[in-house]
Amino acid sequence: MDGNLRREIILDNYQNPMNRGLVDDDSYLKVNTNSESCIDNLDFMMKIEGGKVKDIHFDGEACAISTSASSILIRSLIGKSVEEAKEILINYQKMINEEDYDKELLGELNVYDELQPNRKNCALLPSVAVEKMFRSLEDGKKC
Amino acid sequence: MNREDFSMLDGDIVYFDNGATTLKPRKVIEKMDEYYKMYTSNIHRGDYDSAIKTNMAYDGVRKIVANFVNCQEDEVIFTSGTTMSINTVVFGYMRKHLKKGDEVIISKAEHASNVLPWLKLSEEIGIVVKYAELDSDMELTVKNIEKAITEKTKVISIAHVTNVIGDVRDIATIGKMCREKGILFNVDGAQSVPHMKVDFEKSNIDFLSFSGHKMCGPTGVGVLVARKELMEEMDPLCYGGGMNQTFEADGSYELKVGPSKFEAGTPPIAEVIGLGEAIKYLEEIGMDKIHEHEVELKKFLVSELEKIPNIILYNKKSNSGILSFNIDGVFAQDSSVYLNNYNICVRAGNHCAKILKDEMKIKNTVRVSMYLYNTKEDVLKLVEVLKKSEEIFRIVI
Repeated sequence: MDGNLRREIILDNYQNPMNRGLVDDDSYLKVNTNSESCIDNLDFMMKIEGGKVKDIHFDGEACAISTSASSILIRSLIGKSVEEAKEILINYQKMINEEDYDKELLGELNVYDELQPNRKNCALLPSVAVEKMFRSLEDGKKC
Repeated sequence: MNREDFSMLDGDIVYFDNGATTLKPRKVIEKMDEYYKMYTSNIHRGDYDSAIKTNMAYDGVRKIVANFVNCQEDEVIFTSGTTMSINTVVFGYMRKHLKKGDEVIISKAEHASNVLPWLKLSEEIGIVVKYAELDSDMELTVKNIEKAITEKTKVISIAHVTNVIGDVRDIATIGKMCREKGILFNVDGAQSVPHMKVDFEKSNIDFLSFSGHKMCGPTGVGVLVARKELMEEMDPLCYGGGMNQTFEADGSYELKVGPSKFEAGTPPIAEVIGLGEAIKYLEEIGMDKIHEHEVELKKFLVSELEKIPNIILYNKKSNSGILSFNIDGVFAQDSSVYLNNYNICVRAGNHCAKILKDEMKIKNTVRVSMYLYNTKEDVLKLVEVLKKSEEIFRIVI
């Protein structure tokens, strides 16, 4: 991807992030996530309905990479089935960790395919948060 | 000054992260290298020449430390660093001597290592951790400490210099007050001992902790200076070789008396020797000179940064080489990534002082922390880069 376009997409999502701000609704799953090596601290909320990701919101203090990645990931996941969303998460994490992944599946998330090593955790933060919420959903079902 | 002594400064690096760790002069590295190459052996056990030499080198550092901070040689315990030193005080001494309801005064500007051990002890035995109020500059005054003291106060535990605000607490006055009131005085010297003259005796300190790597020495070694009569009453946190007199199958044992009791197992011998060399190095330059140099550089940095409209400064006043700031509207970590692009090393975050955010109303800052080898040129380079920070996102993204 062209460097300028990449920068433009990231900057736009940093300055005008999608769904920033939490909602007051108990039907959402919630998670707070701190990155161990970074100083980002974000809250995430997700609503699942009929096996689909209906809505995700986030808020908190974070760097340009974490914030923009949260925004782009949220846009990529809303409307997808839980299975499709998980597939996107897996491939996104593989991309960040420099493993083989399905480029087609990631769309705009491909802007993070060449990150500096010290920014990897920033980019991974939202995916870890969403993953945690999926896990809590499954644990809930088991109960 | 003395830049030529530091290999790390051979390139065009601007190193402003001295609050985290300092660079090491060649002399220190060579001294440790000499031990590894010429007389490697363990301490306290051998009768051969190199072992005797190692013993002398290791124990000799106690005297160097004692002279440096003005305490007795047998009050110097080698630890792994400030964190271990403070934990030894809290769990080796305080756990045994404090009881439910006893109050310990700290502040919200303290480093995690002077907060969490106390919180843990509070959970264990019910001591009360009280926060002395900070003033509007986030500094801790003697008056506010005095205000926090009650008849239940048993300990005052504070940093001499804090690692985010960099205010120099008046430990001589606080120490005198503690001694008069029968309160124990525990001082975190991690950010002061490397930068200025600290006097254990004169300041009436009971426990003083600091780290080697923040003062031109190696990682893995630090010091706990414990007043002799208190050390006798303190339990070690580690048990094993080198710290016992005798032990029997029937369960009886006797521990050593003095610092060795707290140095179980093979200590970081090369690092202790390196620390001794680092102290000699600093003393040759002169602690007053180092402090003056840092304060002067900070003043210069503040005066330059005040000319840049979008820079927010948080601790202009404090009398040390520490300056915390933010670029308006930019997350601290993005700022530090930006500065790294110009080989400027700073730290971004809460700097382990996680409850200071309650007072500062801001969680993360960029911190510049100076040392003897920083120059006006370093400051000017930082200022130039911050002046053109409108291009920050072109760099960090």
